[in-house]
Amino acid sequence: MAHAPGKYYVPHGSWWPIVGSIGLFVLMLGAANALNGSGFGWPAFVGLGIVLFMFFGWFRDVIRESVAGYYSAQVDRSFRQGMIWFIFSEVMFFAAFFGALFYARTLAVPWLGGEGVGFFTNLLLWDGFEAGWPTDGPANVGGEFTPIGPLGLPAINTAILLTSGVTLTIAHHALRDGKRATLLGFLGATWLLGFIFLGLQAYEYVELYRDYNLRLDTGIYGSTFFMLTGFHGFHVALGALMLVVVWLRCVKGHFTPKQHFAFEATAWYWHFVDVVWLGLYLFVYWF
Amino acid sequence: MPRSLFRRGPGAALATLATLLAPGAALANDWQLNMPVGITDISADVYRLHMTILWICVIIGVIVFSAMIYSIFRHRKSLGVEPAKFSHSTKVEIVWTVIPVFILIGMAIPATETLVRMEDTSGSDLTIKVTGYQWLWEYEYLDEDVRFFSRLHPDSDRARQLGSGIDPFSVENYLLEVDNRMVVPVDAKVRLLLTAGDVIHAWWVPDFAVKKDAIPGFINEVWFQANETGVFRGQCAELCGRDHGFMPIVVEVKSQEDYQAWLAMQRGELGDRPVASTHR
Amino acid sequence: MSTTATHAPAHDDHHNAPTGIVRWLTTTNHKDIGTMYLLFALLMFFVGGAMALIIRLELFQPGLQYVQPEFFNQMTTMHALIMIFGAVMPAFVGLANWMIPLQIGAPDMALPRMNNFSFWILPFAFTLLLSTLFMPGGAPASGWTLYPPLVQQTGDALPFVILAIHLMGISSIMGAINVVVTIMNMRAPGMTLLKMPLFTWTWLITAYLLIAVMPVLAGAVTMLLTDQFFGTTFFHAAGGGDPVMYQHIFWFFGHPEVYIMILPAFGIISEIIPTFARKPLFGYDAMVYATASIAFLSFIVWAHHMFTVGMPLAGQLFFMFATMLIAVPTGVKVFNWTATMWRGAMSFETPMLFAIAFLFLFTIGGFSGLMLSIVPADYQYHDSYFVVAHFHYVLVPGAVFAIMAGVYYWLPKWTGHMYDETLGKIHFWLSVIGVNVTFFPQHFLGLAGMPRRIPDYATQFANFNMMSSIGAFIFGLSQLMFVYIIFKAIRGGAKATAEVWDSPKGLEWTVPSPAPHHTFDEAPQVK
Ligand code: HEA
Ligand code: HEA
Ligand code: CUA
Ligand SMILES: [Cu+2]
Repeated sequence: MAHAPGKYYVPHGSWWPIVGSIGLFVLMLGAANALNGSGFGWPAFVGLGIVLFMFFGWFRDVIRESVAGYYSAQVDRSFRQGMIWFIFSEVMFFAAFFGALFYARTLAVPWLGGEGVGFFTNLLLWDGFEAGWPTDGPANVGGEFTPIGPLGLPAINTAILLTSGVTLTIAHHALRDGKRATLLGFLGATWLLGFIFLGLQAYEYVELYRDYNLRLDTGIYGSTFFMLTGFHGFHVALGALMLVVVWLRCVKGHFTPKQHFAFEATAWYWHFVDVVWLGLYLFVYWF
Repeated sequence: MPRSLFRRGPGAALATLATLLAPGAALANDWQLNMPVGITDISADVYRLHMTILWICVIIGVIVFSAMIYSIFRHRKSLGVEPAKFSHSTKVEIVWTVIPVFILIGMAIPATETLVRMEDTSGSDLTIKVTGYQWLWEYEYLDEDVRFFSRLHPDSDRARQLGSGIDPFSVENYLLEVDNRMVVPVDAKVRLLLTAGDVIHAWWVPDFAVKKDAIPGFINEVWFQANETGVFRGQCAELCGRDHGFMPIVVEVKSQEDYQAWLAMQRGELGDRPVASTHR
Repeated sequence: MSTTATHAPAHDDHHNAPTGIVRWLTTTNHKDIGTMYLLFALLMFFVGGAMALIIRLELFQPGLQYVQPEFFNQMTTMHALIMIFGAVMPAFVGLANWMIPLQIGAPDMALPRMNNFSFWILPFAFTLLLSTLFMPGGAPASGWTLYPPLVQQTGDALPFVILAIHLMGISSIMGAINVVVTIMNMRAPGMTLLKMPLFTWTWLITAYLLIAVMPVLAGAVTMLLTDQFFGTTFFHAAGGGDPVMYQHIFWFFGHPEVYIMILPAFGIISEIIPTFARKPLFGYDAMVYATASIAFLSFIVWAHHMFTVGMPLAGQLFFMFATMLIAVPTGVKVFNWTATMWRGAMSFETPMLFAIAFLFLFTIGGFSGLMLSIVPADYQYHDSYFVVAHFHYVLVPGAVFAIMAGVYYWLPKWTGHMYDETLGKIHFWLSVIGVNVTFFPQHFLGLAGMPRRIPDYATQFANFNMMSSIGAFIFGLSQLMFVYIIFKAIRGGAKATAEVWDSPKGLEWTVPSPAPHHTFDEAPQVK
């Protein structure tokens, strides 16, 4: 592989994309079957396995190329811009669910309660329903429930995530200054905080299901609450895993104070997850 | 399959042609090109609005297309012309940005006026709750204790089955007739409250310029005031599953007296679940 | 824009390059990937087209002759999904892959492996989608818009459709990221943003649209999935949700989506007309700004697809005004193209013929769009064949003609051979005639009151439907010629020069035809 320095590195053929496509296909096939309640759901796990295998293999190649010094500053910029736009697409994914939350709260539920164009809706179909938030709708879908306030666990979780943002920044500075011990310590603390967050979130879910009767199928409040916090939690899990991988690579000494794109990309991702949480905390828990 | 296409296709075409040529054929709207003017003030307004916008577009189209066509015929290499060199002109760019803005404002004003009028459901003379189901309509006259279902007329229903062998042209008002028509009085402001029992439907009668979705769990309001008596037909206009194409709407506008008589009949003799029988 | 490009023929890595199927499975080359995208799109165009022909066959005359209503609805749904996500979008991505690196002087796309991934997801996604035709309950039959609650009556197909859409979304987002990064990061020295060819420009803006709205579609269909299988009530009034909410989220994606299908077309037309008019594009800067304005406006007009759902008056007015505004930047484009032709020295090879037809017919489609934006009138047009006529005018002689124009325009660059000009012209004339005979009468049908998405209709609609069906078969069958012409050019034909046409502008014309496997290994200097 003779690649003149200064040239843009165009990799040779790679099997990973097709492996990944097959993996995604098997994953989706299995998942769809599982949703339909057929016994043919197990391929989902096979597919997931293939996808994970693909990620490891693909990133292994990338890391090798990076370590071998194939990546010019321009390639590095491509990765950075790519990551930024990926995160933007994730923002838009959450925007859809926030949109649903705002629409339901400020338009649909008040209409069902007889406001504005909803006068006859309320009178003839849902007589006696009074709009309010949180609600499980005029038919009381899922039964009486207790919403969860912003204090207590959610506040602690907010503090945890915000702290993790700080520890991550400290780790980043340490990496840039070449302070290895600080880097490993604070990066380790960051993913640890991430997992503590997840643990608390899981605890909260159990409590909500068991004691508060707040479930995914508790009307629109349960729907928006669990879909938003659930997808967020899923992203925290991903981010935390990425942090662990980056931490391991720091242990192995992959990064230099100058070149550490994987670290930065993960950090951006983590901050994105953080910001989404702030939105959640404000609009799901607080107001 | 293709054989029957060629067997029945031209046959049907001939049949159409025959009815067209037949003296006094009632199918004069076989070649209907345009929106109906309708029989309400609003529908006439909508028609005018439609024609205004259409003509504005036609005029702009004629201007733009003439320029293109002129250019295509005169500015061609085969005529040995030398291409000009110009590549921009801020002046014309501004002109052809600003002029359309004014044209659009000109369109928006009457459109807004009409829309505001359409949205005013106040002061209605009677209110009918209309519920869409897969695949029939329910009409409930709210203050009159009259309520019935309305579905595709059996004649059409037989003919429309796959491979029924019945020629649709032999069925009167094929797909546009129901067993029980909705009946309203002329010159009265009729308010409809639309909703649905299963999936979204839409209640559309072109002659009233009324189309509104019937959404499960919500009620939409819409109104019309017919200026003429007669029978007016429409169809469900939101995909609602298998028989979406087979849930027509037929409204019979009657004089006040006839309407009252119809109401009395609906309430009186037919018990607490009256079935209208207005079909012919 | 001139250049001092050096094009070293195949460079050293080439000796051990894989051949056969392995080459295509593992390739990272933008030209290979572009070719695969284009061939895939062509295949899907025929699959989706075959479904359209089933629709037109059943609508040839009143009464049900060939298919059950349920199957008809499945055809409508699948036809649209396949044409949009399988034919038009991949065709544009294929063109982007081939042409953007050539136009900006880049050695390849910025993220070549991911590029291959974007492509290879697609065949699997469409396998999932098409497999639903054979499932209990059949394919989805709720229209491509997948409105609840109707979509929730889909049989086993529902999760398959939704997950297939997720895959298409992943593919599109990755493809769009690649385009953005390539354009922002890989331009040759001197290729400033305002020197970029318009095809590249329009694709840059399209890619932003894709990144912004594909995830929203993913969100919308995910909510459908959880409503169906996990008891959420996003779209059920009983639980405080609203079926109309789905429509808002869907069209927030859906409207930008239609511009995703037309902006690259604008770009292609902006390349072709100057070449064959032998005159620079009129108002280049205005073209760029107009494209950006259209993209911006496309985010605030979505509810014009749902004027009949019973929105508050203020909402209807807002969406009407915003929608009407789009006519202004689009008009700027149409006028600029006209001014480009004006006092040029035109010749009428097949790409130019398709481009000119685009100009006329897209404008007609735009006019009907403007009519649709007028709320009181839309109460009459909505969900009638008038809408079907509108969007086929902008999509078929709009987007599809632009793709065909682009294929004819660049085919010699790809294959090194000229296509058969006589056959190309015949293909063109059959296509324009076919398309107009198919879709023009549909305006009349809609105005006279024929609803869309119905397998059978009242007898007064018989004449125009028969016409429309005949047109569809003329148009559809003449596309077989297109395939023949393409494969003929791949296999042989007159040798194409590097420039192909009469001194066209752009870096792509500085490399030999066929373009070597690797181009611009050394970045050219753009002055
Ligand atoms: C490529 C795709 C494409 C494009 C470019 C457009 C362009 C436009 N569309 Fe279209 N549209 C669709 C694809 C597209 N549409 C599809 C697929 C649907 C149906 C979806 C479904 O329901 O399944 C649809 C439906 C649709 C509706 C909903 C109809 C309904 O269901 O009731 C509306 C309503 O406003 C609309 C409006 C417009 C407008 C105003 C434009 C404008 O962008 C057009 C602007 C162009 C011009 C106006 C012409 C050129 C301008 C001039 C020459 C300048 C001077 C002109 C004037 C001042 C008038 N479209
Ligand atoms: C880019 C998008 C695109 C394209 C290119 C087309 C192309 C065509 N469309 Fe489509 N159409 C849509 C997008 C598109 N459409 C959408 C979005 C809808 C709305 C769906 C909905 O309501 O949800 C729709 C709906 C729609 C309807 C309304 C259906 C209904 O309301 O029930 C009709 C009816 O005539 C139709 C017809 C056609 C025809 C005749 C073509 C022709 O241009 C097709 C050309 C034909 C071919 C290319 C066929 C070639 C095939 C052969 C020659 C046969 C060879 C056979 C084999 C090899 C097996 N379309
Ligand atoms: Cu009811 Cu369509
Ligand atoms: Cu739109």
